[in-house]
Amino acid sequence: MPVLHTGRRRTKLDRSYNGPPRQGPVRHISPAQLNLERVYEQNRINIQKKDATKAPEPAPGPAAKGKPRLLLMGQRRSGKSSISSVVFHKMPPNETLFLESTARIQKDSMQLVPCLYSNDRTDRSSSFMDFQVWDFPGQVDFMDPSFDLDAIFGEIGALIWVIDAQDDYIEAINRLNSTILNLQPSYPNVNVEVFIHKVDGLSDDYKLDIQRDIMQRIQDELSDHGVENAPITFHLTSIYNHSIFEAFSKVIQKLIPHLATLEALLNDLCRACRFEKAYLFDVLSKIYIATDSSPVDMPSYEICSDYIDVIVDVSEIYGWERPKEYIEFLEGPPWNKKLEDQVACKNAESVIVLTDMKRPIMLREVNQYLALVAIMCEGSHEKMPSVTMNVEATVTGLSEVFEITKQRK
Amino acid sequence: MDNMNNLSIQDEPVASPASEPRKQKKKKVLLMGKSGSGKSSMRSIIFSNYVAKDTRRLGATIDVDLSHVKFLGNLTLNLWDCGGQDAFMENYLNQQRQHVFSNVGVLIYVFDIESRDFDRDLITYMNIVKALSQFSPTANVYLLIHKMDLIPPVQREDLYNHRVSIVRSKSATFDPTPFATSIWDQSLYKAWAEIIHDLVPNLDQIEKHLGSLGKMIMAEEVLLFERSSFLVVSSWCSKEIFTGDKDNPAQNPTYDRNERLSNIIKNFKQSTSRYTGTPKSAEQFSVFELKMPNFCMFIVKFTTNTYLGVVLPPGEERFNAAMENCYIARKEFEDLDSPAKKSADRGATSESLEIG
Repeated sequence: MPVLHTGRRRTKLDRSYNGPPRQGPVRHISPAQLNLERVYEQNRINIQKKDATKAPEPAPGPAAKGKPRLLLMGQRRSGKSSISSVVFHKMPPNETLFLESTARIQKDSMQLVPCLYSNDRTDRSSSFMDFQVWDFPGQVDFMDPSFDLDAIFGEIGALIWVIDAQDDYIEAINRLNSTILNLQPSYPNVNVEVFIHKVDGLSDDYKLDIQRDIMQRIQDELSDHGVENAPITFHLTSIYNHSIFEAFSKVIQKLIPHLATLEALLNDLCRACRFEKAYLFDVLSKIYIATDSSPVDMPSYEICSDYIDVIVDVSEIYGWERPKEYIEFLEGPPWNKKLEDQVACKNAESVIVLTDMKRPIMLREVNQYLALVAIMCEGSHEKMPSVTMNVEATVTGLSEVFEITKQRK
Repeated sequence: MDNMNNLSIQDEPVASPASEPRKQKKKKVLLMGKSGSGKSSMRSIIFSNYVAKDTRRLGATIDVDLSHVKFLGNLTLNLWDCGGQDAFMENYLNQQRQHVFSNVGVLIYVFDIESRDFDRDLITYMNIVKALSQFSPTANVYLLIHKMDLIPPVQREDLYNHRVSIVRSKSATFDPTPFATSIWDQSLYKAWAEIIHDLVPNLDQIEKHLGSLGKMIMAEEVLLFERSSFLVVSSWCSKEIFTGDKDNPAQNPTYDRNERLSNIIKNFKQSTSRYTGTPKSAEQFSVFELKMPNFCMFIVKFTTNTYLGVVLPPGEERFNAAMENCYIARKEFEDLDSPAKKSADRGATSESLEIG
């Protein structure tokens, strides 16, 4: 279900919902649904204990099908669940205050159509962002031998370690170090992404100081144990601005196999149309999965992601089902054409011209999950037809790339 | 004299033309209610481009905060934001009674739904209504039952109806129009759009013209926005969205779409102003186009003080022709809402008349 068309930002397990549009961007998962998921999970574990060979696939969706998995780990109360609620469930940041502490592993699958309750496996749509997010309770020591390390880290794409920058982080760093040291021998390729979290309200200098301090401590500790050049990246994040989306974008971009091709396509487009900046967004999570090679700046990311919101909200209001008779009238004389043939582009297209410097921002839907958003150069609204043509070519290219990768699977 | 007549059309109908004051006074819009009920917050959101959460910074209003809000060029709202603390209320009702309550066009009275002492609120309200009936018996009264977001959704309707019926019974000769509002959603825009709607003088004319424009370009909907507040001043809906039943044209099921659209665009204006670094009140965009497989729409800068929003069925030809036609129609509408320049001219001549 293309989000851009219907405008409903559905959360997972939410396809049964067909009441009036809910107000605001909050889409909660009902407690009942969460419970169901928990029950399922518990049953699964029980069965596993009895008979390991008959264990059903872990919910939601099989991890064995090569889905990259993001693990969210860190001390308790460092903000892991808040991050996953804000980024993947569109919860407003200030409502995360009321989140309860996570008691068990929360697994989220970033698919638009969840397959948990459907037996028909083919029904599952393979989203571009086909990965899982596992939210780990901070108080669990998963290095305990009772945990199946391989089940946790086997398919892992990236390990995100969340550190509360406004708290004493020595303990967190120690645990991170021991985790890395434990993982290094068996899973050397796991990307470790350290989110230095809750940096809103800290001054810029202080932020950098903390980052330097944390980097130093981790590197020292690791090199003491003979681990050099471990793949660790650091991000300064906060859920109160777009930095968390930016950090996630960077994490996910590392997991995309054909990123270079996508970037090359976007670069070509930017050169041809003299775009200032182009992003390829995942509409649902508003994470950008690729961008052109010019430096990413926060303001342009923010405006593009807010623009997606506008389009989604507007289409929620006006995208209602028109009656059949009306459509017949529109297809009748004097046009005598199917409605599909009257439009130039089957997907959503939009452009807004800012008064300041006359800069247009354009949006083009690529497929049902992705949208291309670009900030165009000054006064180029007049050249829109040729821009549209170039964008069309790029979109065809992008779709081909996705088609190829799909076949390989 | 001709000029003078022109001027009087701009304002609300004057109660007694015989006693026409030498200087044309603009009708007042009084914003009243108990202290802390959210009067200044809503004013800032609607007219000063605040976001809901920014209103936390607002302090208490001391005495009366006078502001002249330019609306649609020729309509200037003389907005009196009256501080609601008891001492001030006392003052309005006694020493300044005539000063405050004479020549009022509209009274907007804000009730806080969470108020602990509703009975006392009612007494204040009755006193104010009494003063109003003494000095401006023709004024329109609007009730805003505010902070509805604090009430659990299931109780909202009952509580609201209950309060409204009580307040109605205490409203003396006035027939107040009630609204349930909250600054956190679009309900505030709905209330203010209707209040403004009643204040715009040549509205039926504008509506008629919008309708004929809409029919000509085969639009599903035509909306006229005010430039800075992005309130929907006037709207027109097509009756030609055929269903099987000829007499019952289909309607967009989202009944609160105008307010929601205002809300969406205003929020986006905040983002663009952050991005471009221009002030929030400045004009932020000139054209917005959206083409979807099942509908298309555009919002264009229309006249000096308005934006025009048009929702159309899909189709490139239809879209482009409609856009062209709207640009052509611009000239006709420029006359209707008398742009700022023209009214400035008029003001100058009437003043020179006075001197003469």
